[in-house]
Amino acid sequence: MMAHAHLNTMRAKLARQTRGAWLMGVGAAILAVLPLGISEFYTGLITTGLIAAMLALSLQLLVGCTGLVSLGHAAFYGLGAYTVYAITPADHALSVLLTLPAAAAVAGLAALLVGALSLRTKGFFFLMVTLAFGQMVFFIFHNTKLGGGADGAYLMRPTLSLLDWQLPLTRRQRPLAYYYLSLLLLVAMYLALRALLGSLFGRVLAGIRVNEQRMLALGFNTYRFKLAAFAIAGLLAGIAGHMYAMKEGFVNPELVGWHRSAEALLMILLGGLGTLSGPIVGALAYTAIGEVAQLVTERKLLVEGLIILVVVLSLPRGLSGIWVPRWPRKGSGGEPGRAAKVSPHD
Amino acid sequence: MDFPGLLAQLLNGLQYGLLLFLIASGLTLIFGVMGVINLAHGSMFMIGAYVAYLITARWGSLWLALPAAALGGLLIGAALEAGLFRHFYAREHLDQVLLTFALILLFEEFRSLLVGNDFYSVPVPALLDFSVPITAQFSYSAYRFAVIAICLVLAGLLFWWIERTRFGAIIRAAAEKPEMVDVLGINARRVHLTLFAVGTALALIAGALAAPLYSVYPNMGDGFLIISFVVVVIGGLGSVSGAFWSALILGLVDTLGAAYAPKVAGLVVYVLMAAVLLWRPTGLFGRRA
Repeated sequence: MMAHAHLNTMRAKLARQTRGAWLMGVGAAILAVLPLGISEFYTGLITTGLIAAMLALSLQLLVGCTGLVSLGHAAFYGLGAYTVYAITPADHALSVLLTLPAAAAVAGLAALLVGALSLRTKGFFFLMVTLAFGQMVFFIFHNTKLGGGADGAYLMRPTLSLLDWQLPLTRRQRPLAYYYLSLLLLVAMYLALRALLGSLFGRVLAGIRVNEQRMLALGFNTYRFKLAAFAIAGLLAGIAGHMYAMKEGFVNPELVGWHRSAEALLMILLGGLGTLSGPIVGALAYTAIGEVAQLVTERKLLVEGLIILVVVLSLPRGLSGIWVPRWPRKGSGGEPGRAAKVSPHD
Repeated sequence: MDFPGLLAQLLNGLQYGLLLFLIASGLTLIFGVMGVINLAHGSMFMIGAYVAYLITARWGSLWLALPAAALGGLLIGAALEAGLFRHFYAREHLDQVLLTFALILLFEEFRSLLVGNDFYSVPVPALLDFSVPITAQFSYSAYRFAVIAICLVLAGLLFWWIERTRFGAIIRAAAEKPEMVDVLGINARRVHLTLFAVGTALALIAGALAAPLYSVYPNMGDGFLIISFVVVVIGGLGSVSGAFWSALILGLVDTLGAAYAPKVAGLVVYVLMAAVLLWRPTGLFGRRA
């Protein structure tokens, strides 16, 4: 009986995953042809949504997959963006083939450093420590001249070029280029994380989320696994930050602030905590809601606050909980689900 | 470095550290007993400062503002506990974080609706608007002395309440072994309600006391919230005496840093936190894991 029931859950899970992959494929295909039929404004807006999706997706590796709630994730996003500013000379633009790896590397290394320290703590402590380190990065950019100070700074946007050859883009084509590059990176990030979670590494992270003590007892050095996840998440956030700098041609300390980190958490919760598609859906929905809110009222924060209240109070499984109502709350441990309950005393 | 200058900075640091303690003690108690993360604690500080601004602007006296902030804090704290937080003690960290983040946004919007987004200064009460001469060339603001004294009295009362009274014993027991407290038939709800109300009131009082010193402005709670987090991390979670000492250390370090090394001042606090985490991840006064 037990084995039979188990087989049934496995079958249901497989069916769900296949359906999820189909939906994601269809979504990506729609996004790929969408710019043909919409104005430049909406292309830009969806690009913003895609960049937010990258940020939320990178954070999901920590929150949904490993059970680590970080409130300082925007620091790595901001570091990615500021790296583009720091390495770009004032008089000419650099190739994206140079700026993208640089932004990812800087953000990843910073995450390795911050993670090494903050992962010495757990639960609530971890949250406060990541918040504090995030604010430290904010402080550096806000209060020193390193990155243009509190007002931020403009930069020469990276170009799509290789050696002496450069993709010739007119002013009207550039937003499209940013759109497709963001979409490409998002799809790549999604596929990479999917593969990662299916590997032993992903299984260990899921194990840590459900019961870290047990993973320790099994002989896994859970600290190293968590640190690796933290560094990868930071690196991916750096890529998202790079795309922000490339699209906007501008960086400012707001990118780093902890409100951005909290927004990324909200996107994850909005989309549903259990999946990799959740953060993407959540980020796109959040961007759309923000745009509508701005049209209706000047009090964007009021709308944002009320949305969070509604989601937290009545949609604990996010938007996906609406149309996938039978989602099992406690997974068998193999899939990313809600973070395990952490005792306040650890 | 001249001696009167240093003395002034030390006193400033002491006063800043004591204010931080009023905020951090509520944070650490609420977390220690209820296990809930309250990011909106900084908003309570902000509300206290605006209460002080509104009351001094209307009736011209900070002395009215202090009891008003205390009473308002008790009421707001009790309302938040009974209406919202009570249902979130068993929820995930993520839900708690987002709930309290939403509260920050809503409180800031209400503040903006009621008072607007301008900076306001709050006058020091006339009774204390003078300087106390300490040496021939050096005198120190009487109001800052009063802040130090009020904070010390409140800290003393808090310690007495937690260490010497029956209710305090229950709080300590609830932080240590909540199941045992339930088994003994103690009404946990009443403990939670009281603790939340008192913690919130302390943050509002801190805000009201701080208003004449730092003036009042939008999002003023944010900076204090984060420094209070650092206080709690360094002091050790759930430890009130830990919060006291680490608040004093941070207050002094931050103030002296701002005075003598202004370029790196804001960073010193975080470097200190990193050092403590390397050395003792559970904080200086925290229970060893």
